[in-house]
Amino acid sequence: MKPAPFRYDAPATLDETLSLLAEAGEHGKLIAGGQSLVPMMNFRLARPGRLFDLNGVAELDFMRVEGARLRIGALTRHAAFHRPPCEGPTGALLAEVVRHVAHYPIRQRGTFAGSIAHADPASEWCLVAATLDAEIVARSRAGERVIAARDFFVASLATALRPDELVTEVRLPVLGARWRTGFCEFARRAGDFAIAMSAVALRLDAGIVREARVGVGGVEDRPSRQPAAEQALAGRPVSPAALAEAADAAAREVKPMTDLHADAAYRRHLVRTTTRRALERAAA
Amino acid sequence: MADRRYIGVSHKRLEDRALLTGAGRFAADLSAPAQLHMRVVRSPVAFGRLRGIDAAAARRLPGVVVVWAFADVAHIPPIQIRLTKIGGLEPYQQTVLARDYVRYVGDPVAVVFAEDPYVAEDAAELVVPDIEELAPCICATDPPGEFMPATLPGVSTEVAVVRKSYGDLAAAFAAAHRVVELEVAVGRHTGVPLETRGALAEFDPASGVLTMRGAAKVPHYNRGQVARMLDMPDEMVHLIEGHVGGGFGVRGELYPEDVLVCHAALRLKRPVKWVEDRQEHLMATNHSRDQCYRLRAAIDARGFVLGLEAEIFSDQGGYVRTHGVTVPDLAAAMLPGPYVVPAYRANVHVRLTNKTPAGTYRAPGRYESTFARERLLDAIAHALGRDPIEVRRTNLVPRERMPFDRGIDTLGTRVVYDSGDYALLLDKLLAHLDYERLKAALAARRAAGERVGLGLGYFVEKSGLGPADKAVVSIDAAGTVEVVTGAASIGQGIETAMAQICAEVLQVPLERIRVVHGRTDRIDYGMGAFASRVTVMTGCAVQAAAEALREKLRAAPSGTPAAAEGWFRADHMTYPYGIHAAVVRLDPGTCAVHVERFVVAYDIGRAVNPMLVEGQIVGGAVQGIGGALFEELVYDENGQPLATTFADYLMPTLAEVPPIEALVTEDAPATQNPLGVKGAGEAGINGAGAAIAAAVDDALGRPGAVTRLPITPVRLHRLLAAGG
Amino acid sequence: MSAPSDKHAVALEVNGREYRIAVEPRRTLADALREDCGLTGTHLGCEHGVCGACTVLVDGAPVRACLMLAVQAHGRPIRTVEGLAGMDGALHPLQAAFHEAHGLQCGFCTPGFLMLAVGVLEREPDIGDAALREILSSNLCRCTGYQNIVAAVRAGAARMRRSTGHG
Repeated sequence: MKPAPFRYDAPATLDETLSLLAEAGEHGKLIAGGQSLVPMMNFRLARPGRLFDLNGVAELDFMRVEGARLRIGALTRHAAFHRPPCEGPTGALLAEVVRHVAHYPIRQRGTFAGSIAHADPASEWCLVAATLDAEIVARSRAGERVIAARDFFVASLATALRPDELVTEVRLPVLGARWRTGFCEFARRAGDFAIAMSAVALRLDAGIVREARVGVGGVEDRPSRQPAAEQALAGRPVSPAALAEAADAAAREVKPMTDLHADAAYRRHLVRTTTRRALERAAA
Repeated sequence: MADRRYIGVSHKRLEDRALLTGAGRFAADLSAPAQLHMRVVRSPVAFGRLRGIDAAAARRLPGVVVVWAFADVAHIPPIQIRLTKIGGLEPYQQTVLARDYVRYVGDPVAVVFAEDPYVAEDAAELVVPDIEELAPCICATDPPGEFMPATLPGVSTEVAVVRKSYGDLAAAFAAAHRVVELEVAVGRHTGVPLETRGALAEFDPASGVLTMRGAAKVPHYNRGQVARMLDMPDEMVHLIEGHVGGGFGVRGELYPEDVLVCHAALRLKRPVKWVEDRQEHLMATNHSRDQCYRLRAAIDARGFVLGLEAEIFSDQGGYVRTHGVTVPDLAAAMLPGPYVVPAYRANVHVRLTNKTPAGTYRAPGRYESTFARERLLDAIAHALGRDPIEVRRTNLVPRERMPFDRGIDTLGTRVVYDSGDYALLLDKLLAHLDYERLKAALAARRAAGERVGLGLGYFVEKSGLGPADKAVVSIDAAGTVEVVTGAASIGQGIETAMAQICAEVLQVPLERIRVVHGRTDRIDYGMGAFASRVTVMTGCAVQAAAEALREKLRAAPSGTPAAAEGWFRADHMTYPYGIHAAVVRLDPGTCAVHVERFVVAYDIGRAVNPMLVEGQIVGGAVQGIGGALFEELVYDENGQPLATTFADYLMPTLAEVPPIEALVTEDAPATQNPLGVKGAGEAGINGAGAAIAAAVDDALGRPGAVTRLPITPVRLHRLLAAGG
Repeated sequence: MSAPSDKHAVALEVNGREYRIAVEPRRTLADALREDCGLTGTHLGCEHGVCGACTVLVDGAPVRACLMLAVQAHGRPIRTVEGLAGMDGALHPLQAAFHEAHGLQCGFCTPGFLMLAVGVLEREPDIGDAALREILSSNLCRCTGYQNIVAAVRAGAARMRRSTGHG
């Protein structure tokens, strides 16, 4: 379980990185935290010909709030979310979710943007990005484009990124005080990949749901918003019945995958549970 | 002045310092100048005819020294069976590289030697076996097929049927008030020591001695086998154990890789190192469990079992390895457990499939048979509407009948329970649990909507397998004592325990005693460490040697160096016993089982070091919980193993387990040895599956619902979906 | 252009000492520590980041040495189990606590647990019980059943607080 050979470069600037990516084409691969990539390389499931190490690109190491957006630079580690990175429901959600992202030592190196670019269906950050309609900023020598999360995740481990593009940052909305967020995940053991998870955000006005975002991850080949569940909530008071209906709707609409740890029927059952519990936490 | 007591004291371990400071010497930590690195090429398919190996590209890779296939090692005989050798098993033994067929994913087909481990792995990827795939068999309850159809026509994959019986079973069923039947199964588990296997072999042309480091468990036996297979005299081969990162039954048996590194060191005249990776480990090192039980019990109106009939299917995987039919044999011999069961018949169908070969894993054949038997006792209680505890009391072997001759043999010795007060331990456990109050509390929680339940599993263990053990104790002029044993240490703390026994006799401080184990160059006889035998067998040999030394020293002036040898022989094993109790809570939303409380009550006869005993129990219990709820080596219909990483073979972390309560008693000292000790190694794991299954049933309110381990969320979901 | 097998010069600063080594870029930090620096106290139990036996401190943070390349650790301060005890051989308070609480059996996972705990306790000496348990669930042990490890880390934390004047 040792990686196959590769060439290694550690660029110091973004421009240098983009040139390397352009030059390498399909053979190039970026490493930031490496906490998903290196295991795959050790198993030789990933065998990049060239590896470009982002860790020396200081300009990508930032996280800040600008206007109503939280800008998460490509080198922001999972551990940066152990404390809320911003005020309000977005920060609270991120600090809650990070406790489910692998384990503490993995969180010291793994990066938020790396998880987004890796696009594992069981990634908590991908679910958060999909649920909150994140903007993914991709750069290449040709320029910058901003990709909406709903367009970014294409399939399991597949994204809209081109081989010469790099995710420089991910932008999340900083939700206002009327919003409430909730998260619930089920994994076999602490720190394991999610079998199913739900992230929700509700904008409430006098106990009435004005806007609902319900996201489900770990269940299909990519994280998804659940429109039927969102519709079941919109305009209604937060009541156990409304929450249950929304959870039922999510469970009905998903097309769950089957793997070693869960069949489709069980995953569907889990979606009902995680969605309901995430909603209950948001409503609490 | 009264003698200072060493036995029975929770002395801190002598072993710890090196392990705490990073100075441990595990197999992968060893290196020799100019060593080569070995990498095994393994079959990617479960069953097929091996037509050839294309190693041309691998041989061309810079840094590769040689690549071998079967033809290069054809003169090496297959790996022999160490335990429970019965006739007719020879055709099923594994050769060190596959000859005509591959029989599981992971079957070694070729081996690469290179200057660097990374390059060895690069080269192994370039070796292409030409295999004509055949339809695999992955289930031992399917009809048997042919082992190697073209080359060994007619050789069935049912390698043996192990039969054990006593009493008049027909009469028991004729007299039965009722007959209770069930079918249950335990999935495939393995020990998973945190250190993978590894070895470093060196041949010294000056002395002609071949040395293999990285040995474990049974160094003396394996030395003899390596010598035989490589056609060398025993005394020219040495196996040496360093630190061993856990054993649990799977580590230290003789595997193809051990023989290959030794052979390569001889042939290539360079040291050869091999370190297994984790993915290999999960498909190459012995698996275990994977048994199906069909039980029929004839019972009287009180639930007393008049007769028990068992049809058992044991999935041994691709070949018969060193354990022969040990696991099936122990399963059948120990199935009646702590109960009287006047008439009994078990047939164990020992069958090969196209999965990794199986051997022992902590409490082999007993984790499974305890699960089956205790499921049966619960089913009997349910059939009669009686309390499960009362049904057990009705069946327990009474103290007055000790020693209790079971009327059958296992591992070549008669099963005679030497001592025990089974009802007393049950009373103590119930008192510890405050049973009636606990039951009421759980009932109240259930009434409030929680899914909580309590379950028990009673078992008898065995320990101290003979026939003999030897120790040499010496003292030098400075007063330092050395205890040389033929035992092995797999992390249990045997240095400390042996030193305590020696110290008790010689009355010297532990710090002045050094214990040697796992070295064939220091002692000519040794049985190693398995079957919870070390404290009993080696411990009594150490006591005998220390006593002999004490006699010698009595007549000698102070400061005289001296040495003495001691032996201990035992024709029978000694039988500790215990009960596991679990309280679980089900989450119907996630279908997860949360173990809230786990108690192990265990009578050890006499504890040499209570701290070590408790350590064994707690660690074993967590493994048992793993097997009950998380761990399973699943195969798909093509015989592809699906759990070959730690993301798929799920061992419990701290977050999945409750504090384990150990209730250790010393009410029934062993009558077979002068120390009165019984083994502790398998106490923690034996009844865990049984107890948790019963607790889940109780929480579901559906007796008999759990028929298979592990109780994964998917399985619990199906149970909940079926029964609401 | 360099070939993949070309070696890179790497300077590792381990336990305060500098090791100048030449490694292929694919060499993991764990292998570099073990094979190139001779520090075999860092163990490899899975090489895919689950078991935690290879946990070391890089820049003070506990990380999996099997999931980091040696070239990535160039010039960064690294601490391994070999650096815990004092020069005089005195055990670190956590090592002593593991011994006293019987927090190890085979000892293979022990260096990883020690480095995980040291890394966490140096940053958060007053960490709460639930948070500590959550972090200790990062590593696997197959022998002890964990409860003595938890007890050892708690006892070690108290000693560390005393020795650094906290609490």
